[in-house]
Amino acid sequence: MTAAGGNRFSRSRREARAGLAFVAPALALIAVFFVVPVVAGFLLAATDFDIYAVGDPATTRFIGFGNFATLLHDPVFWRALGNTFYFVLVGGPLSVAVSLGAALLVNARLVRCKGLFRTVYFAPVVTTMVAVAVVWRYLYHPRFGLLNQLLAVAGIGPVNWLGDPRWAMPAVILMAVWKNFGYNMIIFVAGLQSVPVTIYEAARVDGAGAWQQFRRLTLPALRPMLVFVGVITMIGYFQLFTEPYVMTNGGGPLNATLSVVMYMYKQGFRWWNIGFGAAVALVLFLIILAGTLLQLRLQKGRE
Amino acid sequence: MRRWPALVGVHLALVIVAVATLLPFLWMLSASLMPAGEASQWPPSFLPSRPTLANYRALFQRLDLGRCFLNSAFVAVVSTALALLVVSLAGYAFAKLRFPGRSRLFRTLLTAMVIPAQVAMLPLFLLLREVGLVNTYWGVIIPALAPVFGIFMVRQYALSLPDELLDAARVDGAGEFTIYRRLVLPLLRPILVTFGVFSFIGAWNDFMWPLIVLTDDRRYTLPVALANLIGEHAQDIELMMAGSVLTVLPVLLLFLVLQRTYVEGLTMGGVKE
Repeated sequence: MTAAGGNRFSRSRREARAGLAFVAPALALIAVFFVVPVVAGFLLAATDFDIYAVGDPATTRFIGFGNFATLLHDPVFWRALGNTFYFVLVGGPLSVAVSLGAALLVNARLVRCKGLFRTVYFAPVVTTMVAVAVVWRYLYHPRFGLLNQLLAVAGIGPVNWLGDPRWAMPAVILMAVWKNFGYNMIIFVAGLQSVPVTIYEAARVDGAGAWQQFRRLTLPALRPMLVFVGVITMIGYFQLFTEPYVMTNGGGPLNATLSVVMYMYKQGFRWWNIGFGAAVALVLFLIILAGTLLQLRLQKGRE
Repeated sequence: MRRWPALVGVHLALVIVAVATLLPFLWMLSASLMPAGEASQWPPSFLPSRPTLANYRALFQRLDLGRCFLNSAFVAVVSTALALLVVSLAGYAFAKLRFPGRSRLFRTLLTAMVIPAQVAMLPLFLLLREVGLVNTYWGVIIPALAPVFGIFMVRQYALSLPDELLDAARVDGAGEFTIYRRLVLPLLRPILVTFGVFSFIGAWNDFMWPLIVLTDDRRYTLPVALANLIGEHAQDIELMMAGSVLTVLPVLLLFLVLQRTYVEGLTMGGVKE
């Protein structure tokens, strides 16, 4: 072997050793604080680990799919699941649509102060959800709340937003859309800016109207971002927790805003039904996984 | 000249959305300056009759929220500093250092992002309980020190570092850690600033995990303290608004100062895939 070859050999070994050493802290943290707990979560979900087991783990019994059988017959769980799907299926698309609309507005030709509008629209995204939920709790106040005052001007009677089981979830959705639309808007704006202006000019010369330009040029160009935004929004919305915790005292009225994560929190951390709570978390994971695969599949089918 | 009406319409829509976005913040600020009880008077007023800082004084003196402010600051600063170290090392290695299993490992990490954090929470709590980290700041900080999205961000950026530069340093006899510290870290600065802002804002705003881990109200971070406060003080609208201003202001200011880096980093993850 030549000297240069030997050198290269030792160098690549040195590089590999350094590479492994550099990723080691991250991998160790992820292994101990994520992989191990996730695996343990699967195991816990098959046990009746509860408040007695917190004191003495030896009392834990393996019950197989027992927790899932209980879940199937638990009306409160079905309520939480239904509410969560309501939030994801109505709130998710609404939020993406508002984001898209805002992106088109901000990115429209000849608009002044684009940067300013973008900053303003994005501001709710960076703010603390708990604080913002506290503010909206009062905006929704049936008597003194700003929203009902504005509606009164339009002659619409007072709505008991967070106290009426029919209106509580729409109220939570409205707040979530306000809080989140700026995030997806930024991603759409980046996508819009990657479309060359000359294509639109050519389309206009060919007599395409605004709607046709949107359908034939803008939407196809945004397709990769739509998938990304769709998946990210769905995963985030399935994890609904803070809004009901702060705005509706943990899922009220009459469980109208009880979410799956809230149910897991209450079962696991308030009543210490840890095995049962782990089963609830596992169901959430399976739903999120199925939703993600479904969206990716739909996207592939379209191409 | 049918462009004018359209242009006016677009600007009108932009302004309406901007007002709707800002109104909750403006009301929050205004109500926080009202004397006690004024926000729940009929007819309601948008502006304080006599602006006062009494609510802020009550927060700091009577409710000791200054302490929670410092708790939040400590957690956010320490977790961001440590995460920067972990994420820069890993992101650089995944981009530039060849080692066996590298791409498979990286893909596995990305795939694992579909697993919601909640799946790990109950077992993680039991684990932290075993090692005595429940009700400590470290129990909040440590589990979040290696965010996969951060490793991904740094890796994408580090891919563009020129190999010749790294090789030249190796020929000069520099060790791999020296190369990372002297050469790579300065070059990664822009993306590390972006990730730092992300990480700080994320840690400051985080709610569910601190709520679970911290049981002693002297250790509460601001969001946990605020959520707790609304239990006893739901009627004290002005006080709650002052607490909200205190919680939101640091991240809002940080965003306004560093918004360019923040927004650029955000589009990186979305578009470059």
